[in-house]
Amino acid sequence: MSAAAEASVLITHEVGLHARPSVKFTKLAKTFSADVEIALAANGPWFDAKSIVKVMAAKAPKGTVLHIRAKGDGAGEAVGALVELVRRDFDEGKDHARTA
Amino acid sequence: MPEPLRLQGISASAGYAEGPLFDLGQAAVRYVRKATAADEKAALEAAISIAAGRLATLIETSDSEAAGILEFQLAMLEDDALTGPAFARIAEGMAADVAWRKALDAEIAGYETSEQDYFRARAADMRDIRDQVLRALAGGGDIAAPAGAIFYGEDIAPTRFLETDWSAGGGIALTAGSAASHVAMLARSRGVPMVVGLGLVARGVAGPGASPAQLVGIALLDAEHGGIVLAPSKAEIEAFRRSSSSFAAHRDNAVAYLTRPAATKTGIAVHVQVNIADPSDVDRIDAAACDGVGLMRTEFLFGKTLPDEETQYRAYRRVLEWAGDRPVTIRTVDAGGDKPVPGLTVEEGNPFLGLRGIRLSLMRPAVFRVQIRALLRAAMHGNLKVMFPMIAVPEEYEHATALFAEEQADLLARGIAHKMPPLGIMVEVPSVAIAPEAFAKAAFFSIGSNDLTQYVMAAARDNASVAHLNSVRHPAVLRLIASVAAFGREHNIPVSLCGDAGGDPASIPALLETGLRDLSVAPAQLAMAKAAIADVSI
Repeated sequence: MSAAAEASVLITHEVGLHARPSVKFTKLAKTFSADVEIALAANGPWFDAKSIVKVMAAKAPKGTVLHIRAKGDGAGEAVGALVELVRRDFDEGKDHARTA
Repeated sequence: MPEPLRLQGISASAGYAEGPLFDLGQAAVRYVRKATAADEKAALEAAISIAAGRLATLIETSDSEAAGILEFQLAMLEDDALTGPAFARIAEGMAADVAWRKALDAEIAGYETSEQDYFRARAADMRDIRDQVLRALAGGGDIAAPAGAIFYGEDIAPTRFLETDWSAGGGIALTAGSAASHVAMLARSRGVPMVVGLGLVARGVAGPGASPAQLVGIALLDAEHGGIVLAPSKAEIEAFRRSSSSFAAHRDNAVAYLTRPAATKTGIAVHVQVNIADPSDVDRIDAAACDGVGLMRTEFLFGKTLPDEETQYRAYRRVLEWAGDRPVTIRTVDAGGDKPVPGLTVEEGNPFLGLRGIRLSLMRPAVFRVQIRALLRAAMHGNLKVMFPMIAVPEEYEHATALFAEEQADLLARGIAHKMPPLGIMVEVPSVAIAPEAFAKAAFFSIGSNDLTQYVMAAARDNASVAHLNSVRHPAVLRLIASVAAFGREHNIPVSLCGDAGGDPASIPALLETGLRDLSVAPAQLAMAKAAIADVSI
């Protein structure tokens, strides 16, 4: 079976998809067996969402629309959970700009 | 006894430290090459696992801020995308340490060339990861620093910072470094004094290749003003201790003053505004604690590319909405001098005396008009004032205001909401301070004490060898400030001051003495400045 899903979400976190947010993002991505990728444009380039090296290499600052796609088992759940994480501002409080 | 040596950098975390200098550059042990590629691979795997274990242990004993940084490093170290290239090189016959270094340096280079400060600052974390594994490969640890030491070197690793016991004092003095680094954030939140950017000057003064740590044992780190003194004289040590204890006392007392309106001992009210550089700066400031924004720099918007009208409009509007009724004084772009902007500024032999500030804006009206339109539109959203930097002659002010009028007419014709803000000038070129009467049409004056001082004293503010001349408290500078303040009172032109001196407790009495009643300071200095004002009897 080969489920596929794709969605996009606006990054509102003060410093973007950076150090601490990217740790949370990749950790969550790794909990799914589907292949998950991110991109800053709908036509790519796509980066492996389970690799912090690749996620950081995407250099997604605040205000970027992040595209997330997944393929394989639980693709829909993976994309949904990751979109939610970004929407919740990576569960960080107001002090994230200083410490993220 | 070597001569005292003063180095000037940038304060990344205010405070004072006196102690032995500890050279971060001293390398520990060397890696011994293994017989086969398989052994090299095993050695690197073991080293990575030691480094990861060490990080995991540190995370357990760290608070959440530090743990966040360490978890990032650990996640990196556990990522095959990071370690893979090193193992590939080992398979080709390279030694483990060389392979690891090459693989990590390639990764680090990607961060160092980033256009965003935040990404560039992560290069320090990547170097930290690289060095932890290299140390584990060589089988050694860090050389222990003496208690209360001032760490001196190009940069310091976050793990090194976290492993250090700062309860005995000490501080950090870096030749490179960044105020946006993880270590700088940690230093600020723990109150560890830290200065960055001592680099160029250190080489210039100490001679090529000389390490200040080799020159001297004790050092005085003044991270309030961003300087360090090596091999200090007895008099310097005494003066330093006075500044240090008054800083500590002020910091403790100052907190109580933060939310009160500022006034002198005799009850004279003083306006205290803040200087900001980035719209997001206001997120960390309580608007009720200040009387507005005395200086919003706009160079940040002009980082690598020229910002469009919409980007600028949004940035200005954000600050105006934060301030509510309080005034927000935005300075038109002050590029040039020590602030080059690609695509805007020109290379010059003497940039401080060349095409900078309003001179450049008038030379490049197409760029300037974009900023003007953004400002006119943003003025709808608060109490905006706009000022021009580096005005030397009245024609420049007239030229700039004419451009505002033209853009206003254009917006009107197109039916776009806008408002003409009061237009004032920076008083930083001595010609204006000496003959302010030529500028009686300006809506307000804002004294830029950093530039005014460097021009009056003919002492470049980025040159540590002439730092002793660069004092706002020189009678010549104070006399000019007093005369500008008096002119403003006589002609009903508001006068404020927005240079570093405005937030310097040591300069505040002299500044109030000149008749100034409006200072604009860095947000971190707000409480200290108010406390210093309360101590002045005029």
